[in-house]
Amino acid sequence: MSASTAVLKAEFRLFVREPLSLFWIIVFPTVLLTILGLIPSFREPNADLGGSRMIELYVPVNVLLAMIMSGIQALPPVLSGYRERGILRRMSTTPVRPASLLAAQIVLHFAAALGSALLVVAVGRLAFGVALPGQLPGYLLALLLGALSALALGAAVTAVTPTSKATTVVGSAVFFPMMFFAGLWTPVQAMPGLLQRIVGYFPFGAASQALNQAAEGGWPDWTNLGVTAAWAAVLIAAAVRWFRWE
Amino acid sequence: MPIIEVSGLRKAYGGRPVVDGVEFAVEEGEIFGILGPNGAGKTTSVECVAGLRERDAGTVRVAGLDPRADRKELTGILGVQLQESELQEKLTVREALELYSAFYPDPAGWRELAERLGLTGKLTTRFGKLSGGQKQRLFIALALIGRPRVVVLDELTTGLDPRARRDTWKLIEEVRDSGVTVLLVTHFMEEAQRLCDRIAVFKQGRVAALDTPAGLIRRSAGGTVISFAPSRPLDDGDLAGLPEAETFEHRNGRLTIHGTDTTVNAVISLLARRQITAHQLRVTDSTLDEAFLELTEAREN
Repeated sequence: MSASTAVLKAEFRLFVREPLSLFWIIVFPTVLLTILGLIPSFREPNADLGGSRMIELYVPVNVLLAMIMSGIQALPPVLSGYRERGILRRMSTTPVRPASLLAAQIVLHFAAALGSALLVVAVGRLAFGVALPGQLPGYLLALLLGALSALALGAAVTAVTPTSKATTVVGSAVFFPMMFFAGLWTPVQAMPGLLQRIVGYFPFGAASQALNQAAEGGWPDWTNLGVTAAWAAVLIAAAVRWFRWE
Repeated sequence: MPIIEVSGLRKAYGGRPVVDGVEFAVEEGEIFGILGPNGAGKTTSVECVAGLRERDAGTVRVAGLDPRADRKELTGILGVQLQESELQEKLTVREALELYSAFYPDPAGWRELAERLGLTGKLTTRFGKLSGGQKQRLFIALALIGRPRVVVLDELTTGLDPRARRDTWKLIEEVRDSGVTVLLVTHFMEEAQRLCDRIAVFKQGRVAALDTPAGLIRRSAGGTVISFAPSRPLDDGDLAGLPEAETFEHRNGRLTIHGTDTTVNAVISLLARRQITAHQLRVTDSTLDEAFLELTEAREN
């Protein structure tokens, strides 16, 4: 077994030993979708939304919620704790670079977020009859970029905060606006025109619109994909630039 | 040829030199101690040896390797236990041992290592649930798992109870006996005196003295202590005539003389000549404690 496989295996075991993280990443978005789906008016076609049903808009929102939970809520305290408790330092005395530990955690959070997204889409289809994404490659691309920017934002938060405590505080402060941009309170499509345009410049606002367009069967706007990709790139660069190993 | 060579090592933090011209060499197969008060630059020096810190100046070689430039090769032959480096809270002992063995091309068998370190009964226990002594034993196991030629152990027994500390000492001796060179940072005199073949005493970023524990004690004033309750008082003139005696002290009817072996012989013949009986006669070596305090005294001249 190669060293990186061993690291991934060990970190996977640790990952499944965190029931609270697993709940927020994998279970919560689907539970929330179910609760919203139980509101009768959300299941009715709505003239203000061009005949769409509210629950249809909430599928992409909860998909993004899974990304945000994983990348911004769950990931930063883990990375920050590894740094603060000298786990990275201990590993840096071995032939294996401590970066492999961070990479394993990022991969696992990414996989959990994708699994959660799949669950949201499946429950939307099975329980509430929400059609599967019409433009699947476009949907997957938007999903991938959304996940990437969420993980990158979490990594950047870890990079700029010196202690675990600070990471948790900054993480929560970032978490709520990101949920707003994703459209958790009001789906981006239901926002007034100006607000919708502004939100479109933020990572999850753009990703939310891209997911919606792909869900409806069209190829997502390159502007939306571009904004999401640009955020991901900037945040990754920031995380790499400012990350402190101890 | 020494396995670790350090010369002219310098490291400053924010313009304040923490290590300022440190020089020492460790021979293969010895337990080499680094002793010194807090802030003397001990940890920074070993971190430079382990390649974890970039040095500002000087040379460091471990088995001929430069710890920074040859980092990759170095990690293969150097096992390190640092201060304040933990493991993942929920990782079990067995998982930690398996994980770390996967890092090395030819690891020691983790089962034997666990057996040797008394961890066999704890294999399924999570790191967070181990006692301080068990954690330290696991750290030693992880430092040894890659079959290193050199291990660096920084303040290994801090926070252990006396029993666990003694067990750890026995372990370190076994490690040395298996041919591994040990670089041991400590601030316990008893530990240094008992374990180390040679000791470098650090003071304000420099090596103030480097010798065997016995040598350090000998070179401090009053290496041998003679203490007894004389059956009748000794004449001050007689005492002053004792060869190589450094100090005299009368307290509660006991006389304590600091000197050397020559002094001891002279005291015995003096007592015989004067027909004085020495009750409760004790001849002891001065401890490393005393030598250490003397060597690291803030006195500059």
